[in-house]
Amino acid sequence: MNTQYDARLDGEPPRIAQAEVLADLRQALPGMTLLHREEDLRPFECDGLSAYRALPMLVALPETLEQVETLLKRCHALGVPVVTRGAGTGLSGGAMPLSHGVLLVLSRFSRILEIDPDARTARVQPGVRNLAISEAASPYGLYYAPDPSSQIACSIGGNVAENAGGVHCLKYGLTVHNVIRVEVLTIEGEHMTLGSDALDAPGFDLLALFNGSEGMLGVVTEITVKLLPKPETAKVLMASFDDIEKAGDAVGAIIAAGIIPGGLEMMDNLAIRAAEDFIGAGYPVEAEAILLCELDGVEADVDDDCATVRRVLEQAGATDIQLARDEAERALFWAGRKNAFPAVGRMSPDYYCMDGTIPRRELARVLKGIGDLGEEYGLRVANVFHAGDGNMHPLILFDANQPGEFERAEELGSRILELCVEVGGTITGEHGVGREKIHQMCVQFSPGELVTFRAAKAAFDPHGLLNPGKNIPTPARCSEFRLTKSAGDAPAPTQA
Amino acid sequence: MVTTHDTPHHDIPGHDASEALAERIRRAEAEGTPLRLVGGDTKAFFGRKVQGRTGEAEALSTREHRGITEYDPVELIVSVRAGTPLRELEAALAANGQMLPCEPPHFGDDATVGGMIATGLSGPRRPWAGSVRDFVLGTRIITRQGSEQRFGGQVMKNVAGYDLSRLMVGAQGTLGLITEVSMKVLPLPGASRSLHLDMPLKDALEKLAEWGRQPLPITAAAWLDGALHLRLEGGPSSVAATAERLGGDELLDGFWEALREQRLDFFAAEDPRALWRLSLPHHTPVLEVPGVTVETDVLYDWAGCQRWVRSDADAEAIRSVARQAGGHATCWRGAGGKAVDEPFTPLDPVIEKYHRNLKAQLDPQGIFNPGRLYAAF
Ligand SMILES: Cc1cc2nc3c(=O)[nH]c(=O)nc-3n(C[C@H](O)[C@H](O)[C@H](O)COP(=O)(O)OP(=O)(O)OC[C@H]3O[C@@H](n4cnc5c(N)ncnc54)[C@H](O)[C@@H]3O)c2cc1C
Repeated sequence: MNTQYDARLDGEPPRIAQAEVLADLRQALPGMTLLHREEDLRPFECDGLSAYRALPMLVALPETLEQVETLLKRCHALGVPVVTRGAGTGLSGGAMPLSHGVLLVLSRFSRILEIDPDARTARVQPGVRNLAISEAASPYGLYYAPDPSSQIACSIGGNVAENAGGVHCLKYGLTVHNVIRVEVLTIEGEHMTLGSDALDAPGFDLLALFNGSEGMLGVVTEITVKLLPKPETAKVLMASFDDIEKAGDAVGAIIAAGIIPGGLEMMDNLAIRAAEDFIGAGYPVEAEAILLCELDGVEADVDDDCATVRRVLEQAGATDIQLARDEAERALFWAGRKNAFPAVGRMSPDYYCMDGTIPRRELARVLKGIGDLGEEYGLRVANVFHAGDGNMHPLILFDANQPGEFERAEELGSRILELCVEVGGTITGEHGVGREKIHQMCVQFSPGELVTFRAAKAAFDPHGLLNPGKNIPTPARCSEFRLTKSAGDAPAPTQA
Repeated sequence: MVTTHDTPHHDIPGHDASEALAERIRRAEAEGTPLRLVGGDTKAFFGRKVQGRTGEAEALSTREHRGITEYDPVELIVSVRAGTPLRELEAALAANGQMLPCEPPHFGDDATVGGMIATGLSGPRRPWAGSVRDFVLGTRIITRQGSEQRFGGQVMKNVAGYDLSRLMVGAQGTLGLITEVSMKVLPLPGASRSLHLDMPLKDALEKLAEWGRQPLPITAAAWLDGALHLRLEGGPSSVAATAERLGGDELLDGFWEALREQRLDFFAAEDPRALWRLSLPHHTPVLEVPGVTVETDVLYDWAGCQRWVRSDADAEAIRSVARQAGGHATCWRGAGGKAVDEPFTPLDPVIEKYHRNLKAQLDPQGIFNPGRLYAAF
């Protein structure tokens, strides 16, 4: 268990009382909402990873950039840590508060500042919801491509901080490929523009460095994203398989045919049943796996590609192939997929979502490994994933009210991530390291590599005031983790 | 899938020289002597000279460290050592019906994969497909301690730790020696047609903005010599339909490569004026660039986002025009082909501070290409 901040392993926290920080900030920022009573702090105690909770020392809800700047300057002067929060949908505890830190909530920065249809860009504040950008661009025939399943709720600032992906990433890229410029405030309250309205900027690619940096290097205060013309048409094929391995091979076969689908998603039987039960998307509940393959572009090409993909799927042994008849059915097929997490959540009191990415050729092996591990730990695992880019989301079902079950789910989760690393993959494809995967960082990276990460952090935040205890483990944490691993390597036995 | 370490792969000779490179770097770090990192040395003209203690710094070549270490076309990922000639990598991809979508320029037969990453230069497809950094998935670098470290990975998505792989792109070797890179590759387009449309410049820029809002299969657009040059790529049906709709004449094969490699007359070395590169936002109008007297002094690539300019005007005057339009200007080649002291746009003071901080953290003694990008680091 590593949920709570641990001074011994994460670094000595400042010794400054809440009352003192409150008085200082109130004086410097008389007009800003600052929450400090326990009942007001409670709603902010966790992000989307609700098993990880802590009450923040204070919650700041600024409305102007000047307030953010002053807040950062004061916290820097006082040596008080700052945790930035967007919409709080993160799944790795990245926005989990610190009992000795200020939670900086950016949800009030929710304005779309400008849509420029000729330059195909949108300039927005960090608290704008991902989907709101595409909605605002829609009248111009444009949209913002990255579409995390949480897009109705998550903020674009949080997307930049996590380098969020979505079902359309294989073809249209991640957040880092679709953001051209960000405005940033450093922990010292200095202002920087990273990237530019042009296609490149002089100097180091700090824009790339800030994408996915989990609020560790600075606070993103404005974002300019690239907009794309809406494809003329989009069609979805749903293929059923009686064997998950065949479905995995079909993914490779589609790509080998020279086709890059707009989306290529896979779900296993447990996930199919859950989604069908929740949404009624018309999924085949008997199938061992389904593939959803979206082809988008110019009408004539899409028709050609649909024919090719259909042929490939047949050869790969699909038992049934359906083409969504119209826009409504296409939306329904996707609704099942996009609601897969909450759908699985209805089957079990709790679920825990993993996010490993693997080389696609290892799919069958890893799925089998996950199945075996699930049995070993006596827990059910549903699989939903971005098959096109090998990004898996095993969902571990558990009941937190059963003593020890959360710990077992967590341990099963880390075994799954270690399996991903073993086959040449990574512990996180899009949800970030946050607090949750801090130990697995010691598995994926060598001590020397972690030194280099810490050096990059120190260039921007030498005193470690931004989001301490997240993302990059301290040397002390890794040595302790390695010790406990070698001491008690055998996994917890299961009674199930 | 084939994994090789020291054996040939796809007919490319492979050799792992990482230990020798690491050893040389450890020595440089111990002695505190700067190194000038070189691949094919084809882009030496681009950027500042690297100073050693006396005269130019000693060169450290990556050429011996070469070969494809992993390439499984179905994964759409290739991993390749930095000293591999770019030409060989591209041939291996083409043999499998794939390509580097960012279309990097070579500027000479010997250009290496490491040079492509370190300079981060992309070709005509850039505005539609993305830049070199967009296709980087992972890198191995040798740090100042002489240890080879791996960032990013050989998978499509990876957000574990900071994105140091993409940070290396365009850093011109000032943060470490790149030994290997993993890149996303894509299938070659099913069909390709290039068109030549006689059209005044203003109309061309308007048309490009209009077409940009439509889902057309355009993958290159340049205006020069009174005509818009367009490339269409994608499925055979849409390419044929779009070509018919837009009209114009067929453009000769080889135009895009000549543009990318700067072999068009516009770039002729005999022209004594400086060559500038202006990087600008989409839909930037025709600009009044100082020193530009006739329309043919400017070549518009990237649908107008990358403009090559022949001008002898004062650097600050040119930079200020680019800045006001929301972009920046690089002096690609000084007047008379001479090197200039400050080729890249000076950085804003806060940004520069963090560049210096990063350099101080990753290379405190300045052994990696010091002064190559900016005099300050
Ligand atoms: C049901 C569900 C489905 C999901 N599906 C996907 C998916 O398909 N793809 C995907 O990538 N993710 C997915 N996620 C995860 C999550 O939605 C994303 O990580 C999202 O980008 C987080 O945005 P947020 O605004 O909620 O950020 P928060 O959770 O508030 O914060 C996330 C991290 O970003 C930092 N941060 C937030 N804003 C800023 C800022 N302005 N400046 C600096 N740092 C900042 C925080 O400190 C924290 O470290 C899903 C989550 C849920 C609950």
